[in-house]
Amino acid sequence: MPESNDENTIIRMFRVYKRYGAQNALADINLDIRRNDFLFVNGPSGAGKSTLLKLLYLGEPVSEGQILINGMNLSRVSRKRIPDLRRTFGIIFQDYKLISNKTVFENIALVLEVSGHKSKYIQKKVKSVLRTVGMESKIDAYPPTLSGGEQQRIAVARAITGDPKILLADEPTGSLDAESAMIILNLLKEYHSGGGTVIIATHDKELIRSIRGRIIYLQDGQLQIPKAIEV
Amino acid sequence: MIFFVKRAIKDMNGNRFINAVTIVTIALSIFIVSAFGLFFHNVNNLMDTWKKGVRILAYVKKHTKESQITELKDKIQATQGVASLTFISKEESLNQMKDHMKRQAAIFKKLKENPLPDVFEIQMVGIQQGMDDIEILATRIESLPHVSSVEYGQKWLGRFMTMFNLIKFSGFALCGTFLMASVFIVANTIRLLFYSKQEEIEIMRLVGASDNFIKAPFYVEGIIQGVLGGVIGVTALLITYLLISSNMEQGILVDFLSIRFLPIKICLGIILCGIVAGWLGCYLSLKQILKY
Ligand SMILES: Nc1ncnc2c1ncn2[C@@H]1O[C@H](COP(=O)(O)OP(=O)(O)OP(=O)(O)O)[C@@H](O)[C@H]1O
Ligand SMILES: [Mg+2]
Repeated sequence: MPESNDENTIIRMFRVYKRYGAQNALADINLDIRRNDFLFVNGPSGAGKSTLLKLLYLGEPVSEGQILINGMNLSRVSRKRIPDLRRTFGIIFQDYKLISNKTVFENIALVLEVSGHKSKYIQKKVKSVLRTVGMESKIDAYPPTLSGGEQQRIAVARAITGDPKILLADEPTGSLDAESAMIILNLLKEYHSGGGTVIIATHDKELIRSIRGRIIYLQDGQLQIPKAIEV
Repeated sequence: MIFFVKRAIKDMNGNRFINAVTIVTIALSIFIVSAFGLFFHNVNNLMDTWKKGVRILAYVKKHTKESQITELKDKIQATQGVASLTFISKEESLNQMKDHMKRQAAIFKKLKENPLPDVFEIQMVGIQQGMDDIEILATRIESLPHVSSVEYGQKWLGRFMTMFNLIKFSGFALCGTFLMASVFIVANTIRLLFYSKQEEIEIMRLVGASDNFIKAPFYVEGIIQGVLGGVIGVTALLITYLLISSNMEQGILVDFLSIRFLPIKICLGIILCGIVAGWLGCYLSLKQILKY
């Protein structure tokens, strides 16, 4: 993989392939993402957007090629170091992935517990992050009792609470009405303006239009030459 | 650490039934194991007292002269394995007898001649292993001149000891089996708990939890199960013991069969076994589950 002289490159993908059986979910992906980028991964359903995100946090191993994240070569990350890698990300999953038998507080606190924070700090931080997403009244609620939009906001809160370097969001506004989507989007913007790097996988053109960001387009697992997407 | 304990307790509370079943099963195993322990402990004590009390009676032939008796005494004294000896003359024996049987004094009056023999009561040096020691010593003394016969009441003790060793061995095997069963029960519980929380664990991994972070509460749970099982098992035995021994208080056997409870050290040891069983069960199941 070519050495990067650019200090600002936080993610570099080089000739990355991901195969499921004989099918190429991703093929020959070459991509540099810079610190504080606001990147949209766009493309039709099944294009490989979620797969691309998964490769970044080692949710799946690559089939071929190299990925560098914040200086770490993913092919050389041992099982023991995977947690470290994951803590550089805040991830908003397409299906939220909240633990249903734990309260909102516990769900968010988990992120801070795994990195060994003191419980006093955790109390304070979780409360403040819930305030940010406007959900402090639901601190003791269980996720299944919340609406989709509320769960989405909790998912955002969890993703940003550990002050990650990179925020990955998979269809963060997927099933939300315009108003809820706006709330989420503003949270992402806020995180971005704090210096974070944001990567959003979405097929939602509306969402893309509402923020000035960099856009890449996937089709059948291949990165399309930026054809200056008709924004 | 406190954090993990809190998490584990909360979790156990959430899975009360399966945890209760596990703890009860461990408690049962521990109960059986410690009951065996109690049995062996007491039999061992009993045998120790018996061993200490082993004495051989050497009867002197009739019409042995006094000088010969003195000679015999020296010889016995010189025999290896003899700690001490007392000479009981036939007159003493007879007087003792008379004392004991005052009502039947008439019998003694009819006696023309003292029918009792002189006796040496021989105290043995402590016995180490089997009862062979006694037998060897007894034959040795029997072969001395002027000894008519030798008697030792604990002849059967030798046979008993062989049997006891056999029981002891099978007891240990049984205890081992029960402890192993505990290990597997804990392992199984932990596995069930693990699979029931797989989704949660997957999410924990995704937000950056290390293996140890995920495993720790399971270990705490396994160990808590072991501790509780152990304590309950030993306590149950203590209660059983107290019930039985307070009933025996009224019986006549008290002195003879005074059962003593296990010393605290052994109790703690047994509870430690429970803890080890809990830990090991956890270790085995997590090792199997997280082998990748
Ligand atoms: N675990 C898997 N096993 C087999 N095939 C998979 C797996 N995950 C994804 N794929 C395939 O890889 C391709 C890309 O899937 P991916 O989920 O990345 O699409 P996507 O762009 O996120 O679609 P959507 O917009 O619907 O979320 C699809 O054809 C999918 O069937
Ligand atoms: Mg997807």
